[in-house]
Amino acid sequence: MYGLGILKGMAVTLRHLFKKPFTVEYPEQQVPRASRFRGYEFVWYEDRCTGCASCAKFCPLGIIRIETSPAEDQGVGGKYKLEKFDIDTGRCMFCALCVEACPYDALFMGSKFERGSYSRAGLVVHKEDLNKGEKKPSVYYRPHLEAAGYHNEKELSAREVGRW
Amino acid sequence: MALKSQPIIVNIGPQHPSTHGVFRLRVAFDGEVVQDVEPIFGYLHRGSEKLAEERTYTQIVTLTDRLDYLASMTNNQAYVLAVEKLAGVEAPERAKYVRVLIAELMRIASHLMATGFFINDIGAFATPLMYCFREREKILDMFEMCCGARITYNYMRVGGVSHDLPEEFYPALRSFLAEMPARIDEYEELLTENEILVARTKNVGVISPEKAINCSISGPVLRASGVKWDLRKADPYEVYDRMQFDIPVGAAGDCYDRYKVRIEEMRQSLRIVRQCLDQMPSGPVLARAPSLVRAPAGAEAYGHIESPKGELGFYLVSDGGISPYRCKIRSPSYINLTALRDMLLGWKLADLIVIFGSIDINMGEVDR
Amino acid sequence: MDVIYNIFAILEKGIVDGLTPSLGAEAALAVMALIKVFLVANVGLIMVMVFIYMERRVLGRFQVRIGPNRVGPGGILQPLADAVKIMIKEDIVPKAADRLIFNLAPVMVFVPVMLVFAVIPFGVGMAGGQKYYMSVADLDIGILYVLAVTSLGEIAVLMAGWSSNNKFALFGAMRAAAQLVSYEVPLVLAVVGVVIVAGSLSLTKIVEAQAVPFIFMQPLGFVIFITAVSAELNRTPFDLLEAESELVTGYHVEYSGMKFGMFYLAEYLSAFAFSAIISTLFLGGWQGPILPSYVWLLIKILFVFFVFIWVRATLPRVRIDQVMALAWKFLLPLALINIGVTAVEALLWPTFPWFLAPVNIVIGVLAVWAMAAAFRNVWEPQWKPARLATAPVGG
Repeated sequence: MYGLGILKGMAVTLRHLFKKPFTVEYPEQQVPRASRFRGYEFVWYEDRCTGCASCAKFCPLGIIRIETSPAEDQGVGGKYKLEKFDIDTGRCMFCALCVEACPYDALFMGSKFERGSYSRAGLVVHKEDLNKGEKKPSVYYRPHLEAAGYHNEKELSAREVGRW
Repeated sequence: MALKSQPIIVNIGPQHPSTHGVFRLRVAFDGEVVQDVEPIFGYLHRGSEKLAEERTYTQIVTLTDRLDYLASMTNNQAYVLAVEKLAGVEAPERAKYVRVLIAELMRIASHLMATGFFINDIGAFATPLMYCFREREKILDMFEMCCGARITYNYMRVGGVSHDLPEEFYPALRSFLAEMPARIDEYEELLTENEILVARTKNVGVISPEKAINCSISGPVLRASGVKWDLRKADPYEVYDRMQFDIPVGAAGDCYDRYKVRIEEMRQSLRIVRQCLDQMPSGPVLARAPSLVRAPAGAEAYGHIESPKGELGFYLVSDGGISPYRCKIRSPSYINLTALRDMLLGWKLADLIVIFGSIDINMGEVDR
Repeated sequence: MDVIYNIFAILEKGIVDGLTPSLGAEAALAVMALIKVFLVANVGLIMVMVFIYMERRVLGRFQVRIGPNRVGPGGILQPLADAVKIMIKEDIVPKAADRLIFNLAPVMVFVPVMLVFAVIPFGVGMAGGQKYYMSVADLDIGILYVLAVTSLGEIAVLMAGWSSNNKFALFGAMRAAAQLVSYEVPLVLAVVGVVIVAGSLSLTKIVEAQAVPFIFMQPLGFVIFITAVSAELNRTPFDLLEAESELVTGYHVEYSGMKFGMFYLAEYLSAFAFSAIISTLFLGGWQGPILPSYVWLLIKILFVFFVFIWVRATLPRVRIDQVMALAWKFLLPLALINIGVTAVEALLWPTFPWFLAPVNIVIGVLAVWAMAAAFRNVWEPQWKPARLATAPVGG
C-alpha cells in the first residue's frame, strides 16, 4: 500500500524514543580519551632538552622559537643554555611533528584540551609555563610509554619519561 | 498570450545552512523555476598548492588533512601514494593493509555524513542525521585510538603509517563490525521506502552517463548514472586487487540513486574491512626511508585513489630538493561542480538544495 | 471529591451570584466573561511554554539525545529563557521595508489565534443543579467561527513576506499564500462529516454527541483533518514556509525581537488551539473516566501534540507543488467521498448507532488505499526541465 514506507519510518523513530540518549553531559561527564590523544598542550622536560631545535625545524608552521647561548660548564657534545623556548599554541595545529622530531624524548603532547585565554598573547607558552605545567604526557609517538601501559595516571619525572 | 515576467536574481549566499561550506550560488529564478546558475567559490582558498612548495614532503601530509576535512585519511593516502611513486619508496605489506582498512572506515564515515546531511537538507528535521552521527562518532573514536586526533589525523607517512594499530583498536572494530549492518538496515528502513523522500528525489537532477563522462565526474555521482567505474577495480592500488567487493551502480542517475549507491558502498566497505582484518600480516608499518624524502630532479608522478567523493589525485613534480617543485591537486568535488549548471536548470528552488546535497561536495576540496 | 470535578463551575456560579446584587445580572455576567477571558489567555500562553519545552525534549529523545536540560531543573525554565531572549533583542526594521504593514503583520498573526480560544470547551461541571461548560462563549456556530477566524492569519503571512522587502521572505510568502489557502478546503470539508454525525455546529454539542469518539466514527475525516491541520500549522512535512535549509525561515526572516516573538508565539498557540480542536472534534473532548474533565482534555491535547512531534521527527519536507497536489488531488476527493458516505448513513440510520464505526473504518481504509494507488502517478511525475536561460547571469 502506498504510504506504508512512512509508517515504517515512524515505527523506527518510535523505537528510538525508548533508547538511552547518546549524549555525554559535559562538563560533568567527560568523553573518555584514548591514550594516544594529542592534547592541546605540550609537556616539556628542561632537563632532557639540549636546545638542538629539531622540533623547530620540523614544525610546518614555524611557531617554536628557541634561543640558546653557549653553556660555560658543558664540554663538546653537551647541552646549550636555553634562554627562550616559546611555542605559539594559538597558531599551532597540534600535528605533533615536533614530538616525532625530538631525539631526546624531551617534548611530548599533553593530554588535556581545556585551555582558554582572553588574548592571543596569552596562548603563547613560554619556558616558565612549560616548566610549571602538569607533567602527564600523552603516549603519542612514544612507544616505550605505551608499552608500559601509561595512561595519565601520575606525573612522570624526567628520568622515567624517556627511553634512557 | 504569454505572461511577461522578469527573472529575479537570488543570491544563495556564502552563509546558508545548507551550502555545505562557504559556497555562493547566484541563481536567476522565474517564479520558482531555475533559469540560470552561476557558482562563485573561493571563499575557503588557503593556497594549499603554493604552501606545498615550501614544505617538506612529510610536512605536506598536514596540509592534505585539510583538503577534504571530513575524510582526511583518504587525502593522506592519495598524497602518500604519489610521493612513494615519485621517490621510489615501497611500503611494507602490513602498512598497505592498515592503510586500506583505515581508508575504508573513512569511506563509511564520510558516506554517513553525506547521507545524514542530504536527508537534513530534504527536511527530515535532523533525525537521520543524529542516527548517522552516532555511528560516525564510533569510527572517529577508533581513529583517535590510532593516531590521537579525530579530524585532522596526520596519520599516513611516506612509506607506511606513523603508528601501528593499538591493542584497544581490535575489540572496538569487532563490535563496530558486529552492529553496523543492523544500523545500515535501520537507515534503509527509515528512509528508502519513505514516499516523501522518493517523491522528492526520484527523477530529480538527472545526469546522463555520456554527460557525466564528458564532465569528468567521478565517484558515487558517476556510478549512480550507470557507469561502472571505480578506481579500486580499474586501477588497483595498495591491496585492493586482493579484496573481493562489488561496485554498486545505479540506473537513473537521479538523487535517489546517488543516495542508494552511498548506502550500498557502506556495506561493501564493511566487507573490505573484514577481509583486511582477516588477511593482515604482521611486520613493520613504516618503511626505512629518510625523514627528509628526496626524489630525483625532474621526476614527476601522479597518484590517485577513489576517495569517498570521487577520484582524488596528486600530481607532484620534483626538482631534487626536500620540497616538491609543484603539487597539483585534482579534487573530485571541484570537478563534479562543473556539471552543476546542467543538473540544476529547469528545477525548482527546493530541488536545487536537494540536488546540491546529493552530489556531496566539500568546500575544503573545491577551494584548496 | 465532587468539588474537584466541578471546581470551575462552582467558582463561576459563586462569582456571578456574588456580583449580581451589587452590579446587576448583565454586568455580573460581563465581569465573569472578562475573568474567563483573562484566565483563558493566560492558560494559552502558559501552555505555549509547556508545548515549547515538550517539543524540544521529545524531539531530542527521538533523535537519541537529551533536549535542553541546563536552564532550571531538568530544563523547564528553557522557554522562559527563550522568551526573555526574544524580548530583549533589538528591534530591527529594514530600511526599505513597508513600515506600516511590517509592524502590523505580527499583530494580525497573533490575534486570530487567540480568538479561537473563546469557543473551546475545556471541561464541564455541575453547580447548583445547573450544567456549566468551561468555555468563554458557547457559540451555536462554534466550529464555523473557528474555521472563519483562523483564515485571517493567512493574510498576515503574506503581509509579513511582502513588506520585508527580501526575496527569501517573498518566496516564503508566495508559498504560504498557496499552501494555507489550499488546505482550507479539505479542512472545512472534513469538519462537515463530523457536523452531520453530531447534528450541530456547537462544539459542546459535538462533544456530547460522542458516545463513540468520532475518530472511530469518522476515521477518514480524522485523517484528512489532521493532515490539513499539519499544513495550516506549517509543521513538517509541510513546513516549507519556514524551511531552514532552504529559505532560512522564510517569511519572518527579517523580523527580530518581540515581533519575531509574536510569530513564534502564534505558531505554538495555533498548535495548541488546533490540538484542542482535534481533541474536541474527534477524540471525545473532556469525556473520560475517573479524572476530572479538564484533565482529560489536557491529556488528549498533549497526545495530539505528541503525534505532531513524532511526525516532525520522522518525515522529510514536501515540495510546494507536491503540497498542492496533495491538497487538491488527494485530500479533496477523499473529503467528498467522506461527506457522501456520511450523508447516506445519516439518511438510513439518523442516530448513528455504534456498528457504523467499524463500517466507516473499513470504508475509510479502502478509500485511502484506492486513492493512494491512483495518486501515486500524480505525485511522482516525470519532470522535464522547463525553460532554459537565454542569457547568462551576472556580468
